[in-house]
Amino acid sequence: MTPSKDVVAPLDWPGEIFAHFRRANIRQVGYVPDAGHARLIEMIQADEAIHDVVLTTEEEGVALAAGAWLGGEASALLMQSSGVGNCINMLSLTRACQFPLVMLVTMRGEWAEFNPWQVPMGSITEQALRLCGVHVFRADHPEEVSDTVGAAIDLAFNACTPTAVLLSQRLIGAKKWLK
Amino acid sequence: MLDRRDAVARLLRERGDALVVSGLGSPTYDVAAAGDDPRNFYLWGAMGGACMIGLGLALARPDRRILVITGDGEMLMGLGSLATIGVKQPPNLGIVVLDNGLYGETGLQPSHTAGPTDLVKVAAACGFARAFEAHDEAGLHLATGWIAGDTGLYFVVVKIAPAEAPRVLPLRDGVALKLRFRRAAGVDP
Repeated sequence: MTPSKDVVAPLDWPGEIFAHFRRANIRQVGYVPDAGHARLIEMIQADEAIHDVVLTTEEEGVALAAGAWLGGEASALLMQSSGVGNCINMLSLTRACQFPLVMLVTMRGEWAEFNPWQVPMGSITEQALRLCGVHVFRADHPEEVSDTVGAAIDLAFNACTPTAVLLSQRLIGAKKWLK
Repeated sequence: MLDRRDAVARLLRERGDALVVSGLGSPTYDVAAAGDDPRNFYLWGAMGGACMIGLGLALARPDRRILVITGDGEMLMGLGSLATIGVKQPPNLGIVVLDNGLYGETGLQPSHTAGPTDLVKVAAACGFARAFEAHDEAGLHLATGWIAGDTGLYFVVVKIAPAEAPRVLPLRDGVALKLRFRRAAGVDP
């Protein structure tokens, strides 16, 4: 049986993010382990040209990005929406010195969330970032991810400013709690 | 216990071409008092972030030695960064903590290191093979040797006397600090 032409492979949006990292010569990626970013993190770990830095808390990654830029390297920071709250004071460093910063945030607490403890931070993630002076982009569908992440990376390094892309929970898929 | 200004001046005399990050408060004043240098990145905030800025620099610039000079209070706020650095083991990063067991900037309240917290043991437990406490001339001599040499990742707690030194305030415009540091580090604008 020939496959129907309507059947298409799922879009590899983590692979597209990784392609942008290569294009923008991103050499350091800080992250707190996260299911939504798991595939991207695997690609980063496998790439010898990129330092993968596993963090104990997300604010470490804001400071890491500042150090990388002081040394002449571009970086990116991966986290879950709960991690945005951990970054707030350290984002003063980013703004006071006009450092570029790219934050890719997988959202929790907004789409069929099972865990009510994720909802408070998830529901204020975008406003919190805006209050901190971060340019916020959002991707709800796989086909939006590449352009949006590319734009956020270019804005961050061209304008020396912090940017964030919220990767929606609808895009990631709600966490399966009962297997 | 050692005099902070004297200790920092002697440590920095051995810096060679090292790039230096100073933690907010008195360590920033101590580093400035030893002589302003465009290769110094003085922090006026970002409490808990000094060592991670050092890590980002160390990974970006394997050709240069990176020295973080911070205080016990700033280090305590970023204890997790020692675990993160321990995983990466950058061979060109050194961390010096000036420890008086006090929060000097806020009125000399005792810090956790005046109690049971032992930062050297924390660093050692995070994978720093070279971690020790300098509380006298012999200790300072060992620390200056590490700074001068090709030592690999190290962590030194310098026990300093609680006396406050006159404030020496360096440049505090973050953008100006960033731009002059990058230029001095040979980074294209």
